[in-house]
Amino acid sequence: MKKLMILIFLFMQFFATAYAGEAKPISDDPALEARLKAMSQELRCLVCQNSTLADSDAPLAEDLRKEIRTQMRAGKSDQEIVDYLVARYGDFVRYRPPVNNVTAILWFGPFLLLLVGGFIMYRVLKKQANDGDIQAEDE
Amino acid sequence: MNRTLKFLIPLILFLVAVGFLTKGLFLNPREVPSPLVGKPAPAFTAPILGEAGKQFNSADMKGQVWLLNVWASWCAACRDEHPLLMDMAQTKRIVMHGLAYKDVDADAQQVLIAMGNPYNKVITDTDGKIGIDYGVYGVPETYLIDKAGIIRYKHIGPLTPEILLTKVVPLLKELDV
Repeated sequence: MKKLMILIFLFMQFFATAYAGEAKPISDDPALEARLKAMSQELRCLVCQNSTLADSDAPLAEDLRKEIRTQMRAGKSDQEIVDYLVARYGDFVRYRPPVNNVTAILWFGPFLLLLVGGFIMYRVLKKQANDGDIQAEDE
Repeated sequence: MNRTLKFLIPLILFLVAVGFLTKGLFLNPREVPSPLVGKPAPAFTAPILGEAGKQFNSADMKGQVWLLNVWASWCAACRDEHPLLMDMAQTKRIVMHGLAYKDVDADAQQVLIAMGNPYNKVITDTDGKIGIDYGVYGVPETYLIDKAGIIRYKHIGPLTPEILLTKVVPLLKELDV
């Protein structure tokens, strides 16, 4: 059963990657196209919010890729282009939200939970160990 | 730690989590807060629909409070919104320009003939460039721009009478319109 699940999972992975490559390259400049692809995988398509800009077929995603190409040709840096998009669509357009006051809990919350969980586990295990000792002494 | 507390703490944590998740159910994930609210509306110059050779310059709107309604003939939700826009136009309370987003001029004109034209002017954005500058991602979208050219409010999706009453009208009062 477990093997089957792993097999299905691997199969799905295969398809996921197969589809990810399907954003149509228009430009004949492979270096620029590679840069666009790397960058647009970090950006969200706002129309279909769970896809990246790289693999969305929405007309807006198409337009934005076109715009990014134009700006890349004009010599803009990746950071400048991301800033351009964030100024218009907000931080939501980035798949990696920036670390700031609003997103602090998002970034550090999981570690905090891990710490709390670890502490509770430590307490419980220690208590159990102590109980075990007491029982052992009783016997 | 006593027994009741041991029982209560997880329960309280659980209820807090339920509270957050319930709230999440009622949020609309399509409504992404626009970073443009409170910022100057992007300037643009573009052809006016049905007025060949004439250009609309957003700078000419300085000194007036106005609405920019982004729509398209291919957008079904825009048709749902249309009757309300017609009602708004009747009141003549505020200048409302339309932005025909990624539309064919003839198609846009067809809709306005068939359903009526609530707009003072319709600006054409055939390649969607103005749309990108305004962060448009789901038509219809409506922007309220004040006398200084600052975007004061943005609504994503069709306007409703509730939105008008609770959001737009109070803002208009604040802006002395």
